[in-house]
Amino acid sequence: MLSKIVFSGFGGQGVLMMGYVLATAGMNENKHVTFLPAYGAEMRGGTANCTVVVSDEEIASPIASSPDYAIAMNYPSMVKYQNLVRPGGIMFLNSDLISQGPSRTDITTVQVPANSLAHEMGNDRVLNMVMLGAVNATIGIVPEEALLQAVETLLEGKKRVMIEINQKALSLGARCLSQGH
Amino acid sequence: MAKKVLMRGTHVLGEAAIRAGCRAYFGYPITPQNELPEYMAAAFVKMDDAVFLQAESELASINMVIGASVAGARVMTSSSSPGVSLKQEGISYLAGMELPAVVVNMMRGGPGLGNIAPSQSDYFQATRGGGHGDYRTIVLAPAYGQEIADMTVAAFDLADHYRTPVMILGDGMMGQMMEPVVLPEPVDLASLPSKDWLLDGCAGRPSRIMRSLWLDPPLLEELNWRLARKYEAITREIPDQEMYLLDDADLVVAAYGTAARIAKGAVHRAREMGIRVGLYRPKTLWPFPAEALAQMSRSIGEIIVFELNIGQMVEDVRLAVEGKCGVSFYGRPGGVVPTPEELARIISSTYHKLESRRHGGADISGEAGLRAVGSV
Repeated sequence: MLSKIVFSGFGGQGVLMMGYVLATAGMNENKHVTFLPAYGAEMRGGTANCTVVVSDEEIASPIASSPDYAIAMNYPSMVKYQNLVRPGGIMFLNSDLISQGPSRTDITTVQVPANSLAHEMGNDRVLNMVMLGAVNATIGIVPEEALLQAVETLLEGKKRVMIEINQKALSLGARCLSQGH
Repeated sequence: MAKKVLMRGTHVLGEAAIRAGCRAYFGYPITPQNELPEYMAAAFVKMDDAVFLQAESELASINMVIGASVAGARVMTSSSSPGVSLKQEGISYLAGMELPAVVVNMMRGGPGLGNIAPSQSDYFQATRGGGHGDYRTIVLAPAYGQEIADMTVAAFDLADHYRTPVMILGDGMMGQMMEPVVLPEPVDLASLPSKDWLLDGCAGRPSRIMRSLWLDPPLLEELNWRLARKYEAITREIPDQEMYLLDDADLVVAAYGTAARIAKGAVHRAREMGIRVGLYRPKTLWPFPAEALAQMSRSIGEIIVFELNIGQMVEDVRLAVEGKCGVSFYGRPGGVVPTPEELARIISSTYHKLESRRHGGADISGEAGLRAVGSV
């Protein structure tokens, strides 16, 4: 199986970190992975995006011209990627910042109130892990445990409380959709 | 088994260089390879026996490379296309003085300042020497994160062994992309072969002179022929390529680096359509691995050369096969990276043209038509 996932949002929303955690988890599950960040004249507050490919076989192109899944953390990202997602694909929207969904009917839309869930947890910054938890629970790319472990290794050396809140955010995101948020 | 780590290409290159014994880095920033000097700076500041210096220009940095090499260090510089142009004078001097060094070019779109997107615009510059004078540089072209690690170690060994500058030719995508990599074991610097040509103080031995100025033509001719013999040996000894699904192939795609990855994806798709197509991927660009290609040229219908430029390696492919099979070209210059699907369509249309030719049908477009698709 090969999945191409695009993460997109404002710089500072932790968009690259989402991809990095997922790619690391995929690697630890012995899958082939690539992580390709957008690079160029990027700036704080501008747009950020990255493409992650997770596959059981060798990966040809790390670019996704028509991704299976797109995660939009803000409205401009929804506009940018709504026409690129492959028919039958899924678009995840940060519903706190995106009130209007894509106009296409041949893709599924999943709403995740990432900002407010993170805020309820007491740390606005973990909205990215809330979203990643929801994404992975929906499409099942890696076991949840692999994401938790990836956060553990990637944040190694940070305060214990930082690691734990990111892990909690992943778990909350994974549960939020079944709990009817 | 050693542990896999997820690292971006530039960082893999930096770490592999350090583990290969690189202890001196000189460079000047340019996108899309700045993460490499960044990595070297962060690592070398913690090491007592290493030097990182951001020079005032590319020209200064390549001359610092000459100095470090003459003193015996395993030394590296890196840049991207326009910056590598500026380093060419120094690379020529390295070749002329037979000094080992590793030069990294993470190519971007050109000519001129071009853009910062992945491109393969510098194949000619890299494989034909690049600077002035009668010389060549060894050119290694990684296509995977793991190959970046392995080829970086090889680059330092080859540079020392042949006393010649070695170029690692990647592109923006190879540099930016993260992939799982098993890093090489660090070498013990003391275990490396000693160099009997260093300028390291002549106490107790006759003095040595290192120069690239030979005013007396017969003396320079002697150097030129010595270099020629060295290049002949390199051409015999190190050509390397990946041959993928070629045993039963009617059609071959030839591509290197990032383009080869896309080509491999396209080959898979075309195989699913029942087309017998394989991939020929040079890992060394100079010396170009011509022998294996020449051998298969009698049994295949056509080679499609796919590059992220307007057609450079295609000339080496034509030289290799000497007209024994058809050679066509498909390219996307300017930093555009096409999808495997797009290339699969090119493979398919080429295949059907070949088939109709074989069955006596009229060939309406041929190579010129194909080229137009790619370069307009």
